[in-house]
Amino acid sequence: MTDVTMKVWRGDASGGAFENYSVTQQEGEVVLDVIHRIQATEAPDLACRWNCKAGKCGSCAVEVNGKPRLMCMTRMDTLPEGPVTLTPMKTFPIIRDLVTDVSFNYAMAEKVPALLPPPMPEGGYVMFQEDVERSQEFRKCIECFMCQDVCHVIRDHEDNKQHYAGPRFFIRTAELEMHPLDTNDRREFVREEMGLGYCNITKCCTEVCPEHIKITDNAIIPLKERVVDAHYDPVAWLGRKIRRKTKMSSTEAAVQPAP
Amino acid sequence: MAIVESSTKVELGGTRGGPDVPTLRQDRWWLQPVVTVSILTAFVIYSTWAAFQNKNYFVGGRGIHELISPFYSPCVSNQCVPGSGTGFAVHTWAWMSPALLILIFPLGFRMTCYYYRRSYYRAFWWSPPACAVADGHSSYSGETKFPLIIQNVHRYFFYFGLVFNTLLTYDAIRSFHMNGGGWGLSVGGLVLGVNASLLWLYSLSCHACRHLCGGQVKSFKAHPIRYKFWKFLTPLNAQHMKFAWVSLFFVAFTDVYVRLVASGAWTDFKLF
Repeated sequence: MTDVTMKVWRGDASGGAFENYSVTQQEGEVVLDVIHRIQATEAPDLACRWNCKAGKCGSCAVEVNGKPRLMCMTRMDTLPEGPVTLTPMKTFPIIRDLVTDVSFNYAMAEKVPALLPPPMPEGGYVMFQEDVERSQEFRKCIECFMCQDVCHVIRDHEDNKQHYAGPRFFIRTAELEMHPLDTNDRREFVREEMGLGYCNITKCCTEVCPEHIKITDNAIIPLKERVVDAHYDPVAWLGRKIRRKTKMSSTEAAVQPAP
Repeated sequence: MAIVESSTKVELGGTRGGPDVPTLRQDRWWLQPVVTVSILTAFVIYSTWAAFQNKNYFVGGRGIHELISPFYSPCVSNQCVPGSGTGFAVHTWAWMSPALLILIFPLGFRMTCYYYRRSYYRAFWWSPPACAVADGHSSYSGETKFPLIIQNVHRYFFYFGLVFNTLLTYDAIRSFHMNGGGWGLSVGGLVLGVNASLLWLYSLSCHACRHLCGGQVKSFKAHPIRYKFWKFLTPLNAQHMKFAWVSLFFVAFTDVYVRLVASGAWTDFKLF
């Protein structure tokens, strides 16, 4: 057992400051355990979000020593010696203490056009394992929004939130684009409406993902290459002309299927 | 305050929590950018120097035990050292080193490479210098505007890269042709062969290659051959960073080796 100082951000939209709590760290504890102990002993009004305590709900995302982490998956003994700094996710507006308003992500989620399958054939839809496997990785997302938090496009440039969806919604779009039963074409949509071009692939989203999803390599870069097919590549354009194929505009792709 | 349009109302510009400092990270986040800047700057300085040398880039002649620096192959100028030319001259200006015309393509391939973009955006442009460290610029438009929108031509540099890899492989095979008409292997031939192999691995692990070979299809079941290509390239792609650095080091090392042999400072020993 060792004593450790927890520097926790306390405050709301009107302002705040760090408050120090000296606690005894017990073997095997995670950051969330220590926060619960602080709530139970010294600061019952300390606000934090948590739910499953098993790294599957994504609720307890905060910044530990300046980097987005899940409190329930960060063991105290893996942190360097010295005070442990806890702050709310920087990209989103603060509600209180360690709790932020992540509504931005729900607004972006609404913008992503849903799956648009063809009419049901006789015998039902058939999907093959090799097609399922590719997008299975993206289904692991627990929506902790740490990738959104660490993405400098909106973390350091608030004005970009108006036209940039963020890594979480690029993996959702990639999952749909790679779905063999989807008839929609989101390539212009992801370029124009979701701001894919703002991403400069610095891979911070991949670095912080608690599910180890290869966000950049398997979702964002494949999407960027699909956008090149649809918008920038003159040979692909010529191929479409010769084969009399068309691509969907962002307005056409934005249509949500009837419920 | 602006509002993002959707049924969920989001007010932008709300007050953020935490102190107003560039970062709260306590680890050595600056180390990676420093290393990247050091290595890439050293490579640029060396390759610029080597490109302007316009000498000591070729050993041998008449198809016997020929070694040519990758910076000068293919030599498409009528100023090439005798025996190193392709017989096809793109330019005839004596002042212009043949390497300057060649290096545009590998340089373009690496400059637009997704891995190098990640590295130099962080290290040189500070956009951002490291994860959760404040961006070095007050405004940001990413790759949506000129000049960075040009990054979208990466696949065309990839196509050129394949041509260069083929030529460098041919150079390596030529170096196996020994005096007396037989075949053998010298240290120089081994260096050229390893260099060509590493460049193939770097090119084949490229994200554009993975996309063009199979990643762009909607259904793998409908394209079984492209699926096999994609499946083969995916593990290579996971090693792209490694191949990017190793091939960069080795291409410079190959130039150094050929330069030393051509200048007489080193003997190219025959292995068998």
